[in-house]
Amino acid sequence: MKLSKLDINQLHQGLVKKEFSSQEITKDFLEQIEKKNKEIFAYLSVHKESALAQAEKVDALIAEKKEIPLLAGIPTAMKDIIMIEGEKCTAASKILADYTASFDATVIKKLKEQGAVILGKTNMDEFAMGSSTENSAFGITRNPCDTERVPGGSSGGSAAAVAADMCVYSLGSDTGGSIRLPASFCGTVGLKPTYGRISRYGLMAFASSLDQIGPLTKTVADAKIVYDAIKGKDPLDSTSVEVKDEDKKISVKGLKIGVPKEYFVKGMDPEVEKVIRETIKKYEQEGAIIEEISLPSTSYALPVYYIIATSEASSNLARYDGIKYGFSKTKDSKSLLDVYLQSREEGMGEEVRRRIMLGTYVLSAGYYDAYYIKAQKLRNIIKRDFAQAFEKVDVIFTPVSPTVAFKIGDKIADPLSMYLGDIYTISVNLAGLPAMSTPCGKAHNLPVGLQIIGPEFSENKIFSVGQILENYGH
Amino acid sequence: MINKEEVKHIAELARLGLNEEEIKTMEKELSSILDYMETLKKVDAEDSAITNYSKLIENTMREDKIKTTENNAQLMGAVPEMEKGFIKVKTVL
Repeated sequence: MKLSKLDINQLHQGLVKKEFSSQEITKDFLEQIEKKNKEIFAYLSVHKESALAQAEKVDALIAEKKEIPLLAGIPTAMKDIIMIEGEKCTAASKILADYTASFDATVIKKLKEQGAVILGKTNMDEFAMGSSTENSAFGITRNPCDTERVPGGSSGGSAAAVAADMCVYSLGSDTGGSIRLPASFCGTVGLKPTYGRISRYGLMAFASSLDQIGPLTKTVADAKIVYDAIKGKDPLDSTSVEVKDEDKKISVKGLKIGVPKEYFVKGMDPEVEKVIRETIKKYEQEGAIIEEISLPSTSYALPVYYIIATSEASSNLARYDGIKYGFSKTKDSKSLLDVYLQSREEGMGEEVRRRIMLGTYVLSAGYYDAYYIKAQKLRNIIKRDFAQAFEKVDVIFTPVSPTVAFKIGDKIADPLSMYLGDIYTISVNLAGLPAMSTPCGKAHNLPVGLQIIGPEFSENKIFSVGQILENYGH
Repeated sequence: MINKEEVKHIAELARLGLNEEEIKTMEKELSSILDYMETLKKVDAEDSAITNYSKLIENTMREDKIKTTENNAQLMGAVPEMEKGFIKVKTVL
């Protein structure tokens, strides 16, 4: 039996019934990594010893007939922007190439309490800025479905690791689509939870009002298991909230699905549109009511996003200054200003520097009102659009991306064309809503993801709706 | 849209060193992105509020209590240049 093919529940059952041990599972995955990472480059670092030691501990508990949590002994991977005490955390940036985390992120603490086996840290666009994982300072990740293509980004390593059976599930972070896009491109499930649902403590900040941690998994059921394990209010993240998840069974009969007309416009690959339309049709045949809805401010979302996200980034990334930690030119510089200028010049990649420049510009005297204030006001209008839509429908269906995974090198030279690929995912972050990418078919023989968007804190509803598609066997 | 002098000024504000080649590229790329952002100028948003807080959060407070951290050695171990237990920086004034 190929253990690396199984999902969380199957592995858990197997462990409890002693059909195999956590050490066997872990070795199986380490073998996969050994075999595939050279080509795919999903992992930046592999924690072989600590993973095997953790697996041994779980096996001992099972031998003692102790009850184990669902994620105990199950191998996972973390985007290299989430801190694990004593392990390197680079954010795929040269400026943090030798940085070691001094504490555990809250999500890591929660997973460790369950007994999760952490296999390593995954590749990403530097500081989560990008849509292709080509912006990593340490090399590009390849899409396991077609190694000539990008896995999407910025959590490209996390998605590729799941898709290539190099871990059972992984965590990523999503600021404008960074979980959903790679999930869609690699054919995995990817959830961006409601803003505030999961603690951001220990997640290196990119744009604090948009960032959320979430799971990338093989199945919808797995996404729910991981989400349940990491959610909840945390005193160390004052934007986190405690809410009770509704646990009502959703029936497809009478389920109202909104399809925004502004999302089906030119620019979308007709093959992708066909797959999405066919998926919507399946739900209709099962008894769902499809309604065309309007999200009138859709066309402002992208500029609004890039103003807000870069503003917050320019402030958040000021901490990487070559003084307190990370790559530093302090020994070769003449003045304090030179330490800053040179450490950041050499330590940060092109896209990161471009975004810091943009953010600094839109926040600078004379431009603040025209850009930042305007963007904040429009953000509220975008949020209101969704709230009004959810008065009429239960969930909204859209594509995750207008295209399938593109070829490596295709968009990297033109930043604006790269930004445009995020057109369907960014509004969700601006509105703080939960959304999931679920595989729904193939176009050009490559995976297509359906985006299921729900109202605030409706993750369970999104899982049930996604489950319907999974049961259908797309 | 944005000229060379502005690029240099913004780079200094952002504490980013840029070489001549990069200044030229930034000028071009930032201009095209800013042109795109210009589209917002035509939109009326006067009535909209500028804040976006979740309705579920209201004044997150905590007690102002002194706590000790246990990982001082790790934190200070990451500092590039130190002297007598302090972070060393170049002359400020």
